[in-house]
Amino acid sequence: MASGVKPRVKVPKTAAAGETITIKTLISHKMESGQRKDSDGNPIPRSIINRFTTDFNGENVVDVALEPAISTNPYFQFDAVVPEAGDFKFTWYDDDGSVYEETKSIKIG
Amino acid sequence: MNRPQTLTRAIAFAAAACVAAGANAEPDTDQLVVNEEIEMITEAAAPAHTENLSTVYSGWRFRADETQALQMDDFENPAMIFVEAAAEVWNTADGTKGNSCASCHEDVESLRGVRAVYPKWNEAAGEVRTLEMQINDCRENQMGADKWKYTGGDMTNMTALISSVSRGMPVNVAIDGPAQSMWEQGKELYYTRTGQLELSCANCHEDSYGMMIRADHLSQGQINGFPTYRLKNTKLNSVHARFKGCVRDTRAETFKPGSADFVALELYVASRGNGLSVEGPSVRN
Amino acid sequence: MELTRRKLLAIGASTFAIASITGASAYASLTDDAIAALTGGAEAGEGAITITAPEIAENGNTVPVAVDAPGAVAITLFADGNPTPGVATFKFGPLSASRSAATRIRLATTQNVVAVAKMEDGSFQMAKANVKVTIGGCGG
Repeated sequence: MASGVKPRVKVPKTAAAGETITIKTLISHKMESGQRKDSDGNPIPRSIINRFTTDFNGENVVDVALEPAISTNPYFQFDAVVPEAGDFKFTWYDDDGSVYEETKSIKIG
Repeated sequence: MNRPQTLTRAIAFAAAACVAAGANAEPDTDQLVVNEEIEMITEAAAPAHTENLSTVYSGWRFRADETQALQMDDFENPAMIFVEAAAEVWNTADGTKGNSCASCHEDVESLRGVRAVYPKWNEAAGEVRTLEMQINDCRENQMGADKWKYTGGDMTNMTALISSVSRGMPVNVAIDGPAQSMWEQGKELYYTRTGQLELSCANCHEDSYGMMIRADHLSQGQINGFPTYRLKNTKLNSVHARFKGCVRDTRAETFKPGSADFVALELYVASRGNGLSVEGPSVRN
Repeated sequence: MELTRRKLLAIGASTFAIASITGASAYASLTDDAIAALTGGAEAGEGAITITAPEIAENGNTVPVAVDAPGAVAITLFADGNPTPGVATFKFGPLSASRSAATRIRLATTQNVVAVAKMEDGSFQMAKANVKVTIGGCGG
């Protein structure tokens, strides 16, 4: 498990049924690209978040495949249709096998 | 490494020429409001003791539109995730006395106004203290906890948290009374040329602000925005870490973070920004 | 990242010479291959996809980029001057609204960011933005 990895997401608390909302996500992760060398000249192995998904009540909103060219502390902004009240589930997959999750609920109102 | 005198001078001249030859681009006229709520003063009349400037500008005003936008919203600002991490540490007991920061200070909002007046003279300790020094004093004596590394992640995250609750308030460090001799020491450092490039802070940040150094828009080197998330290293940077880098860039033996020299310099540089709003944690190049 | 950029620039200096002659980014052919692999060699149209990126990136480490392709099933981003061209692929699910996304990317040098969208009817759309990546200050 990479250390100090912390997700952060911004989802409105309420929406009208069928409304489109903007979602912003960030996760603190070094995104070691595999291009850097250490002080002895040895390549530092790649270690990144390689996939990010967002689902709402089990249905997919977006599925992102990340390469090392995504900056440290990967940031994504996208939108979603909110058909009903429910939970957004955010999942980040790390090269090292770790999985990080965050859930945000939204009400209709 | 000993270079012949003439070569050193040639380099210094070339460096100065690079700076001078760049386009003279004044800071932009953009306004900074964070979260549509915190109005920031990014331009003020220069304090009386800053004789060679008429106006002081925040570093925010020298950055590209995209960089500026990153600071205008607490979600867009990548530094804020580290402020959140520090908020968790704030509430976590650490050390032999079983205290957390919250045990004495309750909510971090109670420290509103603190960042704006630091570095400052501490009567009981008989010294000028930076925020980092004060935090370590609290940890050691009130919490019985290990001191944090001066420029380490834990410390810089915490200074970012404490700074964030003072955002919008004008910087107002005291330069008189018991702090005066340290302030004068800092002023002397500011104007002393160092390194193989023989550059002082003033050469770039007072004489040449607004010009381009290579493709960088030179700022006045104000620290009202510290700690700052630099795009260059994608992390929070403390004042002394930045000073260390700047001195190293003149090709000099740099000073140590936490040293009296840097504390003096921080007090002086902070005072040059008296009147600008606390922006930390900000976003810079 | 400092070491990487300097090293890349040193390597880039030699490839730049070649690139200047051919008028293309150093890794452009790798990107062309990657795009061809994605589209199966099909021609990509223009006009139904937009890409937003700064003209001059203040720092190549963190460059904000946005893409928008109404009706797209997926959008793939490439950087034709990076050592490996792939940046990200956004696959839009049933609850995606506008088929758009924004992110922050690393660009090793001045280059084109290329966005290729796969549309619902199986066709492809492409847009490019040239981003100048600068070297700042005294290197500090």
